[in-house]
Amino acid sequence: MKTPLILLILALMAIGAYVAGRARSHALSRTSKVKTHSRPAYHSAYVALAGLLPAVLVLIVWSIASPIYIDRTVRATLPSDLRIDQASEALNYGTVSIVARGVEQLTEAEIAAAQAGTVKWPELLVSKAVPVAADVRPEIIQAALKRTAMDAASHKAMAAVCIVVAALGAFLGYRRLAPSFRARNHIEKLMLVTLALCSTIAILTTVGIVVSMLSEATRFFAMVPMHEFFFGTVWDPRFAAAGAGGEGGQFGLIPLLAGTLYIAFFAMLCAVPVGLLSAIYMAEYASPRVRNLAKPALELLAGIPTIVYGFFALVTVGPFLRDISAELNGLVTGNYTNFIQAQSVLTAGIVMGIMLIPFVSSLSDDIITQVPRALRDGSLGLGATRSETIKRVILPAALPGIVSALLLTASRAVGETMIVVLAAGVAARLSPNPFEPMTTVTVKIVNQLTGDLEFTSPQTLVAFALGITLFAITLALNIYALYIVRKYREQYE
Amino acid sequence: MNMMAETTLEPKQAQAMNEPVYKMIGNKVSVFYGTKQALFEVSLPVREKTVTALIGPSGCGKSTFLRSLNRMNDTIDNCRVTGQITLDGQDIYDPSIDVVELRARVGMVFQKPNPFPKSIYENVAYGPKIHGLARNKADLDQIVETSLIKAGLWNEVKDRLHEAGTGLSGGQQQRLCIARAVAVSPEVILMDEPCSALDPIATAKVEELIHELRSNFTIVIVTHSMQQAARVSQRTAMFHLGNLVEENDTDKIFTNPDESRTQDYIMGRFG
Repeated sequence: MKTPLILLILALMAIGAYVAGRARSHALSRTSKVKTHSRPAYHSAYVALAGLLPAVLVLIVWSIASPIYIDRTVRATLPSDLRIDQASEALNYGTVSIVARGVEQLTEAEIAAAQAGTVKWPELLVSKAVPVAADVRPEIIQAALKRTAMDAASHKAMAAVCIVVAALGAFLGYRRLAPSFRARNHIEKLMLVTLALCSTIAILTTVGIVVSMLSEATRFFAMVPMHEFFFGTVWDPRFAAAGAGGEGGQFGLIPLLAGTLYIAFFAMLCAVPVGLLSAIYMAEYASPRVRNLAKPALELLAGIPTIVYGFFALVTVGPFLRDISAELNGLVTGNYTNFIQAQSVLTAGIVMGIMLIPFVSSLSDDIITQVPRALRDGSLGLGATRSETIKRVILPAALPGIVSALLLTASRAVGETMIVVLAAGVAARLSPNPFEPMTTVTVKIVNQLTGDLEFTSPQTLVAFALGITLFAITLALNIYALYIVRKYREQYE
Repeated sequence: MNMMAETTLEPKQAQAMNEPVYKMIGNKVSVFYGTKQALFEVSLPVREKTVTALIGPSGCGKSTFLRSLNRMNDTIDNCRVTGQITLDGQDIYDPSIDVVELRARVGMVFQKPNPFPKSIYENVAYGPKIHGLARNKADLDQIVETSLIKAGLWNEVKDRLHEAGTGLSGGQQQRLCIARAVAVSPEVILMDEPCSALDPIATAKVEELIHELRSNFTIVIVTHSMQQAARVSQRTAMFHLGNLVEENDTDKIFTNPDESRTQDYIMGRFG
């Protein structure tokens, strides 16, 4: 019996239990003198879940445990010359698995014939489109047969146990139904457990990501000393050619970090004034009609994939800046060479800034509209104009929220990749000139991990060190943002 | 400054009793929120240096009328006002009127204390700074001090002027808001249920303050409390369902009203 079928049966049983529980609950509320504690819906849900949950739990545990047990048992039956070392054992057990999959497709008559020797095993299997060598060892065939048999038995047993558990659980749950039974509280507790479980999964995933990055980064730092990574000013990792060994590159973080912060700085320089001022317009001046039209239009910007912004930078903004710089240079000095390159920090900064405008404006807009109306009225009632009110009362009151919104936006700017690849290039240079190409941490991570790689050389492992560094930066920004919000939260109460 | 000058004058009560001087006059004022009419042709004169109480059940339009006296209704989308309101004979809805200047002359204190998230000093100095009432720091200090004294708050806060205004108790916050309104030397102060968020002791202090402010300012107060209207006001206007039911001396309204609806409301039969 296959797992989906078992699940279907369990679901049907749960529905049956639900209906039975409902009937019993209605009967109870009719006959009982005292008021029933929980409504029929809770009683019936309790009965259904009392059957379903333990059975599903058994199903999950069994599905995980039984393959492990079967694997071990079958491996033990292989003769010792088929498992000289780990590699040969894995290889031969792989053949067993393939044969076992073929055996599952055979009828009993075919198996019997093959066992009796009237048909050759390999021919039979090849006819079922299972790739098996003609000289396959009989021990392997026997192991495969044993595995198939054990699998089938395990599935049958699992089905039986699940159904018995479901029936028993539902029966016990049904027995507990009484007017005073607090089914409602039990369901509430179950909801709590479910919700807690989901958030635990989210948290554990984060922890898992960090741990895996950390462990890879540790391997990198075993090969390259930490100070060379964190304080090195040259990024030249060489190629991670297989077998090249010994040709270590230079892994200086500084040029990448400088590029990241430089580009993020220009992006914020573009995004903050435009975003903040448009947020003020939306929140304070715009009539409802304009607001309803303009706000979604602005937020549409946030929906554009960053690679599209990259095109925009590559095809439009970059060449435009280059040409206009040539014109300017010509007008001033008579020498028509461009001083802004098509791929430059400035290009990436401007385009990334455009991408960030909706984040700044949308977050700030929410924060500004949250400032209590009473403060606005108080200021207007004293004869302040709108802009005086905004400047002197609303912005100071909203400042902590706005600052934390800006920090969140900054951590986005630091993590952005696609725009930089297309707009600022991939050259890791350390230069104070914003008109020349530079690159960022994320771009180099992509660079180091593209292509056919072995994950043992510092050339690839450096990506994890870069990743964990970037993570530390954005985490610090986010924590600082949270801290600011907490500190000033009770400002207007 | 004229505020200082006024404090030295004797209240002209005797004159006000005999032939009333009207500071503001509402003439057939109607207010619409979108298509819904909230106020129906209300004509109500407001006497100078007098406390006028607006009473009536919830939703009767008394706050709406109050807010149209300094055009705070302008800040509400879809709000439309018809009719005429004059301040010293000048139509305040006339296009030539600067609404910002109007609100400096007709100040407002709100239902819930709403001090700005700034220091006590900055809260009071806010209006004078905006309107350029102080030539220098000493001037400003002086305005802040006199305003706080007038609001009866000086002794409680003089040692902590630079602490946050939001850190004061509810009653102190409301008196701070009154000081803030007084600091711009308005001619009229509108109060929208100024004591509804305060405890009885704080309420008593604010009522006492209103009593004192009457000698310098024209005050219009919206209140839900009959006792408060009786205690603080000289004139009372009764609103019901967006209409003005009657307006008269407070003593008359509370002892022998002309309208039975007023009588019923005061006796607590509806509202």
